[in-house]
Amino acid sequence: MQNQSMHFKQRAAAAAADRALQAKLGTAKALFVTGRRRAVADLDLEATRTASQAIRDTCVADLDLWLERFETEATRRGAQVLWARDGAEICRLVIDIARRHGVKKAIKSKSMLSEEADLNAALEAAGVQPVETDLGEYILQINGNERPSHIIAPAIHKTKEEVAELFERVHRKPRKTDIGQMTREAREELRAHFLSAEMGISGGNFLVAETGSLALVTNEGNGRMVTTLPRVHVVITGVEKVIPTLEDLATLMRILPRSATGQTISNYFSVLTGVKRPGDTDGPEHLYFILVDNGRIDLLGGDFQPMLRCIRCAACMNHCPVYQTIGGHAYGWVYPGPMGSVLTPLYVGIENAIDLPQAATLCNQCGAVCPVKIPLPELMRKLREQEVERGLRPWGERAALALWGWLARRPRLYALAAKLGARTLKWQAGGEDRIRVLGLAPSWTAGRDFPAPEGRTFRELYAERKSR
Amino acid sequence: MLGRMRRRLGRTAENAAAGRTAIEAVLARRAEGPRPDVGKDLQARFVARAEAMSTTGEIIAGLEEAPAAVARYRGGQKLPRAAVAWPQLAGLDWAGAGLRVDCRAAGGEDLVGLTGVFCAVAETGSLVVLSGPDTPAANSLLPETHIALVPASRIVAGMEEAWRLLREECGELPRAVNFISGPSRTGDIEQTLVLGAHGPYRVHIVLVRDW
Repeated sequence: MQNQSMHFKQRAAAAAADRALQAKLGTAKALFVTGRRRAVADLDLEATRTASQAIRDTCVADLDLWLERFETEATRRGAQVLWARDGAEICRLVIDIARRHGVKKAIKSKSMLSEEADLNAALEAAGVQPVETDLGEYILQINGNERPSHIIAPAIHKTKEEVAELFERVHRKPRKTDIGQMTREAREELRAHFLSAEMGISGGNFLVAETGSLALVTNEGNGRMVTTLPRVHVVITGVEKVIPTLEDLATLMRILPRSATGQTISNYFSVLTGVKRPGDTDGPEHLYFILVDNGRIDLLGGDFQPMLRCIRCAACMNHCPVYQTIGGHAYGWVYPGPMGSVLTPLYVGIENAIDLPQAATLCNQCGAVCPVKIPLPELMRKLREQEVERGLRPWGERAALALWGWLARRPRLYALAAKLGARTLKWQAGGEDRIRVLGLAPSWTAGRDFPAPEGRTFRELYAERKSR
Repeated sequence: MLGRMRRRLGRTAENAAAGRTAIEAVLARRAEGPRPDVGKDLQARFVARAEAMSTTGEIIAGLEEAPAAVARYRGGQKLPRAAVAWPQLAGLDWAGAGLRVDCRAAGGEDLVGLTGVFCAVAETGSLVVLSGPDTPAANSLLPETHIALVPASRIVAGMEEAWRLLREECGELPRAVNFISGPSRTGDIEQTLVLGAHGPYRVHIVLVRDW
């Protein structure tokens, strides 16, 4: 998808000023944060997080070997494993498969990689109708292919009135006001697509190496529809999603729904292995796994390898004070929140997402709730270091820091400058305890006040107290 | 792509051999993670967790009572008399309870789906159903109401026990192992929970004590 991360500041400011969005983000925060806290109460949380981290680390550390094993097991059971370097290759492979099997319509359950690849546009251009079936994704698709703003609640930024209006316009049925009725209307619209599509496209929560299986989690049941009814099933997932055994899956399935939606278990959890068996009345005749790089392989063996542990639960964004204030669209690419602030610069280039690693208070709420213990603040700090080392920061900031560095190496001059500064700022405050517009950096005070110094420096106060 | 992975991970012929041995060891060990306490009474835990996921249910003594229990539920919910059941359940006297049951895979128009289970999980209140010629996956998915007959003897503590049972009894995994925990649901419009998204609106369990 087109990266808009370079416009982070403008988009974040607009989001923070959007009253309606703020109300929705407030509700979501209460729901997800409280939900998770309640749901993890019956677990030995630390032990489960440690075990989950270990499972993911085991596979990431020997990713090539685990994937070989997965490929062998999946192939043995009738699936085909394909590899895609980037979004363009994903599109090419899916379109090839669609042509080979005469596919006119593809039903999709949520896949973030399909967003990375802009797959829907490519399918449409190739004459295949893509139909999103996750209710949130469907709402966005029929609203002119709008972008998701959350990885598990894609339409979190929409009100029910907006959805009612949209359904009335697109479905051409009398307007509903009740959320239950709207959901039923969408169900009826989508049911026809489920029963007529020749191809199902899904993401994957995990790939099980032991059995060559796909593990898929949904609440709506669309994941089951997409993988049960059409005669072709295409799984698009990142290369890092592999785990060793079904027992490991049991461990991760304790922490994933709890961290994501605050559920002990999701409604539907499917382990899918191979194609339709002799005598089966349902299930796909053809199963393809497209395993995707798109920047992931470059993280192996480096500082950012821990990011490959991510199981896409969204706990980090649900608990992030920045996400809670600006929502997901401001981040400008597929993944918002703290995990997005790390992944986006790594996948689209740090120079194209310069503000994202800075869009954090480093409060470590994200690190504390991460089910696989990814040190997100530390990774953001490393990205900030890279921005400085590569000279990517704005010239004003670089000049200011160079000046500060020069002064800091000259203690007497530094003391003098601090004295002058404190007095100037006190004078500028004009007797108030805050400065509303900072002369040298007016943008810094655009959204907050600068606390006014009381006129004397720490060193002066210290010397005075010592002499008493 | 595997080549690039190998370069990034510093893979050599020697450490690949060692790595493969390590992988075999991990697969053979099948280590379990920490597990929550589910108590001794698995049936009570299963019922409580299933209810927490908005599943309803009734406990009966023997399998022969199942058609009458299904008929009672149907009457209470004002559901049609027609239902579609797993071929596996063809031996029960459905007609005797006033039900019109077809034993075949469900289609888009069927309103009531009857299934058994492979097993049930106490920890999460989940039904475990396997795809197969006599147990089509569509019956627990397409109809608006899903009624499942669950033998009390098949309630296991956690997902780990379900895998163990599968390996013992089936060897190879079937095409689909589905864990079902209550009616389908969505919160995608204003984070308001609605039961009945794409799958069933209602999941009802008939728990059979001696089966």
